[in-house]
Amino acid sequence: MSSHPFPAGPVPSHRGRAIPLVGADIDTDRIIPARFLKCVTFEGLADGAFADDRTERAGAHPFDRDEHRGASVLVVNSNFGCGSSREHAPQALMRWGIRAVIGESFAEIFFGNCLALGIPCLTADPLHVAELQQAIAADPGAELYLDLEALQVELESEFVGANRWPVHLDPGPQRMLVSGQWDGTSQLVAHDGELKATAARLPYLNGFSRL
Amino acid sequence: MQANSGGGQVSSGTLYDKVWDLHKVAELPGGGTQLFIGLHLIHEVTSPQAFAALRDLGLSVRHPERTVATVDHIVPTTSQARPFADPLAEEMLATLEANCTAHGIVLHGIGSGRQGIVHVIAPELGLTQPGMTVACGDSHTSTHGAFGAIAFGIGTSQVRDVLASQSLAMNKLRVRRILVEGDLPRGVFAKDLILHIIRTLGVKGGVGHAYEFAGSTIEALSMEERMTLCNMAIEGGARVGYCNPDAITFAYLQGRPFAPTGDAWERAMAWWSSLASGPEAVFDDEVRFDAATIAPTVTWGITPGQGIGVDEAVPTPEQLDPEERPIAEEAYRYMDLLPGAPIAGLPVDVCFIGSCTNGRLSDLRAAAAIARGRQVAPGVRAFVVPGSEQVAVAAEAEGLDAVFREAGFEWREPGCSMCLAMNPDRLEGRQISASSSNRNFKGRQGSASGRTLLMSPAMVAAAAVSGAVTDVRTLSPAEVSATALR
Ligand code: SF4
Repeated sequence: MSSHPFPAGPVPSHRGRAIPLVGADIDTDRIIPARFLKCVTFEGLADGAFADDRTERAGAHPFDRDEHRGASVLVVNSNFGCGSSREHAPQALMRWGIRAVIGESFAEIFFGNCLALGIPCLTADPLHVAELQQAIAADPGAELYLDLEALQVELESEFVGANRWPVHLDPGPQRMLVSGQWDGTSQLVAHDGELKATAARLPYLNGFSRL
Repeated sequence: MQANSGGGQVSSGTLYDKVWDLHKVAELPGGGTQLFIGLHLIHEVTSPQAFAALRDLGLSVRHPERTVATVDHIVPTTSQARPFADPLAEEMLATLEANCTAHGIVLHGIGSGRQGIVHVIAPELGLTQPGMTVACGDSHTSTHGAFGAIAFGIGTSQVRDVLASQSLAMNKLRVRRILVEGDLPRGVFAKDLILHIIRTLGVKGGVGHAYEFAGSTIEALSMEERMTLCNMAIEGGARVGYCNPDAITFAYLQGRPFAPTGDAWERAMAWWSSLASGPEAVFDDEVRFDAATIAPTVTWGITPGQGIGVDEAVPTPEQLDPEERPIAEEAYRYMDLLPGAPIAGLPVDVCFIGSCTNGRLSDLRAAAAIARGRQVAPGVRAFVVPGSEQVAVAAEAEGLDAVFREAGFEWREPGCSMCLAMNPDRLEGRQISASSSNRNFKGRQGSASGRTLLMSPAMVAAAAVSGAVTDVRTLSPAEVSATALR
């Protein structure tokens, strides 16, 4: 687990070591098995991250390997976070120490749940993801520098040299993270006048609601 | 299937577009749209942290009267006496009760006569109506799209947002029309249709899309069948799935506790009818299916897209697209199945009939039609979990509970049960289940190495009485027609 504080305010960049997790379609049941959902707070979820995969791989899972201890950037393949909408999945990753995810593609709900926690999910070309995963495996101690404004990731390694890859993030989420607007609750609450106007024109709230 | 890509055009005039426009509150600086939520359904698993966050922010619930709660995921299905044997489950329900009391939210709790799986009770109470936006902290919220509502699953921080503001930041989806024509053959149900669609379009095929289900097959489906269909849109990657409201929708709603009455009913029907996608509607793309070609479908792997006709064999890597091969290889190993092996005849250990996909009255009738006069095979554990207290009462009134019991099935109390095994109902070790639920992910049914075969309730019952995956069409014909059960 890493000692990075939970995201707060603007997220223009992130620096940290990375952890490669190879495989397509890693679903939220694998990120956090259902038995860990029986909780009324998210505290303690870190231990559940990939619990079944880790047991299955008996210490060989990247989350159990010493060289990745303290890593904060997860590098994954395609359709990461598919399956159940459980927010416990990004919460478990965040509480384990993950502060950014780079991958070929992400499931929409997972992407949104991460964004709501201030955790960017950046996409990259499959070839670049593979290169990045290989470079990290070759030098797990190397730091990544993730620049959300320039949309690129740099790996600074004594062994494999410096390298740089483009990453992608849609302009909306990019703006929200860089400016600190990812915590959207207050923006929604601020539009109460507009909310009332919308409610006033909805037939089911006026003509025939039984609630 | 034929695909026809709209070449980058943007949908307009669809039910989705109309409902979206009506519910727009504001454009947000982050680029999304603030969307009003007409009905917010909450349950014990994804709401406690949201209420805690609300308290931290010093906010209250904006529209408690448009927020409706029930308890489903963690309830035991043997004895529902309080306190529950599992202290964690008891704590989750107690927390929900306290939050609902504190914020003035109606909770349809155990013994109220209205408790059940959230996606079963909201429709049966008439809470879900055409033209609404419906949100719930559960991915299978797409179920409510069966009524011509725009319904989608949300995460816990979005639950917090809806509690605080009765709205959400959303991005508009593209709309794909899934056009299905013809009659479903004997022994083929809505579950087979959606498994077939997901098998064809893939588990990621619908990402970024709402699926509009249309065509003569869909128009003939009952509301319960439409719910089964829309329920699993999310398993095909589509966060929203819907059917246009019609006379079948209205007939289902009329007289339900929260449905409009009198003059209001007439006004409601007029408005609901105006929402359907008209002939002028433009879709981003369209995919066609011929219902007559669909067989009873069973999943053999670890994603809902890994389905085959019951008369087919597990596909070989060569038969699959290159990008599907790695997950297929993983599935062969996990399921312990060989490429090219027939699925029919595969022995099963556990048979589960229930869930928000197939835990409604017509599902229980279809399963009971097979179970009637037969016996669960030796060594097989089979159980039926009604989707709600109302489903249980209606099924018992028809004597379905007796049919199941006499056949050797257990008849349980309502809840999510072994769909995701957050309660004591779970697979053990490497057991294989035939399940009427919606997800066959690794470990989904409570054992880290447990295996799940998804199929229709009739097919689950057929597996239970034969002890192995069985083509329901080989059982006597009158019993297995979806049409006859409507
Ligand atoms: S029945 Fe299964 S899919 Fe449906 S709400 Fe319950 S756990 Fe979720």
